[in-house]
Amino acid sequence: MGFFLVFVIGLGYLLSYVFDNQLILVIAVVIAVVQALVSYYYSDSITLAVSGAKEVPRKEPFLDLHRIVENLSIASGLPQPKIYLIDDSAPNAFATGRDPKHASIAVTNGLLDKLNKTELEGVIAHELSHVGNYDIRLMTVVVVLVGVVALLSDFFLRWTWFGGGRRRSDGEGGGQAQLVLLIIAIAMAILAPLAATLIQLAISRKREFLADASGALLTRYPEGLASALEKIAKDPEPLEVANKATAHLYIESPFKKSSENRGLMAGLFDTHPPVAERIKKLRAMISK
Amino acid sequence: MSIVLWAIIAVIAILVIWFIALFNGIVRLRNRTQEAWSDIDVQLKRRHDLIPNLIETVKGYAKHEKELFEKVTQARADAINAKGAEEAAEKENVLTGALKSVFAVAENYPDLKATANFQKLQDELTDTENKIEAARRFYNGNVRDFNTKIQVFPNNMFADMMGAKAFEMYAAAGEEKETPQVKF
Repeated sequence: MGFFLVFVIGLGYLLSYVFDNQLILVIAVVIAVVQALVSYYYSDSITLAVSGAKEVPRKEPFLDLHRIVENLSIASGLPQPKIYLIDDSAPNAFATGRDPKHASIAVTNGLLDKLNKTELEGVIAHELSHVGNYDIRLMTVVVVLVGVVALLSDFFLRWTWFGGGRRRSDGEGGGQAQLVLLIIAIAMAILAPLAATLIQLAISRKREFLADASGALLTRYPEGLASALEKIAKDPEPLEVANKATAHLYIESPFKKSSENRGLMAGLFDTHPPVAERIKKLRAMISK
Repeated sequence: MSIVLWAIIAVIAILVIWFIALFNGIVRLRNRTQEAWSDIDVQLKRRHDLIPNLIETVKGYAKHEKELFEKVTQARADAINAKGAEEAAEKENVLTGALKSVFAVAENYPDLKATANFQKLQDELTDTENKIEAARRFYNGNVRDFNTKIQVFPNNMFADMMGAKAFEMYAAAGEEKETPQVKF
C-alpha cells in the first residue's frame, strides 16, 4: 500500500516537474479527494443498489441466516452487519461497508439454496473477515489511487500530444537531460495505469487469501469454506447482477471462465486467486 | 560530547515509549479478555431465561417426569447462584447435561415434539448453545492473544512487573467428555 502511494505521488511529482506546472498534481489530487469522500461514505449503498439487494427480516425463511451471522459476529467480536438478499440463482456473496460499524453482507438466493449450514457458515465467516480486516476500505483507497494514476497519465499524454506545456527557457542548460526525462515520463505515463491496475488486482488476490484464512480461524472449521468454494466454482451459472466494477467484491469471481487453463498473463488480471489453490490452502490447515 | 548525549537521550526515549506501548497494549488486551468472559455470561443468562418456558411446555405433555423437572430446575438454580468462574463453569455443564436429558425424554412424546411451541423452544435453545460456543471461541481467541503477548520475548521479562498473569482457556471439551448420568 505504501509503495503504491509513493508510486502515485512520485508520478505526479515527475509530471509536474517536467511541465513546471504544479497545477496538474493539484487538480488530480482534488479530484481524487472528492472521489474518495463520495466512495468512502456512499460506496456501500451504491454497491447494494447496483446489485439489486434487499434487506432481509429476522424471520422465516431467513431466521437461520440471521442466526449464523449473529453467532459469527459474537465469535469475532464485531458488531453485527446488516443482511441483504440478492435475487439470483447463482451462488455468491459479498461484503461491503467502510468499517465494521457500517457493514453489510449480501447473499444470493442461489447460495442459500445450494449450500448446507456449515458451508454457509464458512462463506459468511469469509465475508465477515473482509469487514474485520477493513478490506473494503483498503480496496476503495487502492481504486482511488489507481484513478489518480490514470488521470495523471491522461493529462500528461494530452499535453505532449498537443505539443503543449510551458517549458522553462533554455537558459537552464542540459536540454538533452530534459529530453531523456521526457521520454521516460511518456513511457511511464503509458504504462502507469496498467501497472497500477495490476497492483490493485494483486492486492485484491492477497486479501482474498487473508479473508479465507481469517474466516477459517473464526469457524475453526476450514472444510466448511473449502466445500462451499467447490460447490460455487462448479456451478455453471453466471451471476446476472455482476459487472466488472463489482466483480472483485464477490466471494468467487462471478464470471465463469470457459477453460481452466490460464496462462501467467491472464492470471495477473484476476480479482480472485484460483479456486483450486484456495481450497488446497484451506484443506492444508486441517491438521491430523 | 553533546552528540553522544543526544544519542543516549534518544535511546532512552525510545525505550520508554516502547515500554509504555507494551503496558497499554497489555491493559487493552486484558480488558478485552475480561469483557469477552462477561459476554459468555450474557449468553448463559439467555439460556437460563429460556428454560422455565421449556419446562412448562414439556410438563403439559409429560406430566409424570417429575424427577426430570426437579433436576433441571435445581441445575438451573445452581448455575444462576454459582459464585466464581470455576463453580459457574461446573454448574453450567451440569445444566447442559440436564437439558440434554429433557430433549432425550421428549423423544418419547411425539405429540409434544409436534407442537410448534416446543419446536421453537428447541430451535432457540440450540441457537443459544451455538451462541455460548461462539462467545467461548471469542474468549479463547482473546486469551490466546493476551497470553502470547505476555509470553513472547522481550515482553515476558516485564510481564510480571506489570502484574500481567496468563488467562486460562475455556476448555469446555475436557469437561463435556463426562456425560452426567441422569436417571429418569
